[in-house]
Amino acid sequence: MAARQDAWRIYRESLPILVVSLAGGVFAGSVLGSDGMTAGFERFPGLLLLLPAFLATRGNVYGALGARISSGLHQGMIDPEFSWDRRLVNAVAASFVNGIGISVFIAVLSWGLLQVLSRESARLIELVGIMLVSGVLTSFTLIFGMLALVFASYEYGLDPDNLIGPIVTTLGDIFGVVFLFVAITVVGVIF
Amino acid sequence: MAATDPDEPTDTWSIRSIVATMFPILIALSILEMGSGYVLEELEATYLANPTLLVLVPVMIGMGGNLGAILSSRLSTRLHLGLLEFDPRDEVLWTNVLAILGLAATIFTALGIVAWLVGQLVAEPMALVDLMLISVVSGMILAGLAIVLSVLATYVSYTQGLDPDDTTIPVVTNVCDILGVVVLSGVAIVVLN
Repeated sequence: MAARQDAWRIYRESLPILVVSLAGGVFAGSVLGSDGMTAGFERFPGLLLLLPAFLATRGNVYGALGARISSGLHQGMIDPEFSWDRRLVNAVAASFVNGIGISVFIAVLSWGLLQVLSRESARLIELVGIMLVSGVLTSFTLIFGMLALVFASYEYGLDPDNLIGPIVTTLGDIFGVVFLFVAITVVGVIF
Repeated sequence: MAATDPDEPTDTWSIRSIVATMFPILIALSILEMGSGYVLEELEATYLANPTLLVLVPVMIGMGGNLGAILSSRLSTRLHLGLLEFDPRDEVLWTNVLAILGLAATIFTALGIVAWLVGQLVAEPMALVDLMLISVVSGMILAGLAIVLSVLATYVSYTQGLDPDDTTIPVVTNVCDILGVVVLSGVAIVVLN
């Protein structure tokens, strides 16, 4: 039957990218389930509340940057290399503002929500500190990692549009959680 | 070249313009995501007692959106090409739905097994049966939701004259992101009690 063969073809074409995304997600999940991380969740109440927002905004911030750079390359508005090109610098700076700004906003929002619900909460400075450290580290890694991968794929004649989505979600999952772990450790030592 | 001068206030490549476009969307999404964060926080005791469940969380957050994005972009392309009709008997529609269900079954079965292995190594071990049940049942519910959302969102943007490529995928991925943790937590509670 033709329909069944078509379904099989769609399945085979889509599976590899989903498996890559699965691998990234399971790695991130293993870090989340590790002893150090669960101890952090217990020590800083509010981290579980902000976790989904923290993970989900990664894709939106850096996916938007990737899509913008990819369109810019296709339109010949920017060159596929790191340079002090005005557009590239603007796009990168705006992503830093968005990525770090939203991380801090998420920390304040979760803290405020716990206050309103009169729940146990870590101090505001602790949550903001954790989000600031992890926001800065993920921004640096994802912005420059993303640009390097998009430029390289463009140079090799691959269409970055087909790669950005999976690249961003996978890198975002992996580095988001690893840097969250680093941030919890750093803030745990300072406070 | 005034129209493309990066210093022009209307230029879409200015820092101000990029931030002004993106930041309100990010704020709205973060507020919505607090819904699924609230579910995690509410079930903190369950998750911290069974850290292997946390292994499932990033995949549950992302995979519904991935499946929805694949289906939405396929449906909107076929809609543009005139190959798709919104009819319950439409064969193209069912072929795509079948493929998505097959992908979901494969991915969430693999997730259950891999999470069990990780649990043996890193976190507190959980029974394989429980993990498989939680992973596959919540995964298939999520896939069902992703399918319904994708078809609905493509249909609505089509009838409203919007380009599904710009509207459907962001809506479907973000709604699935939020629902992922909610579905996982609901199923985990039922299975573990």
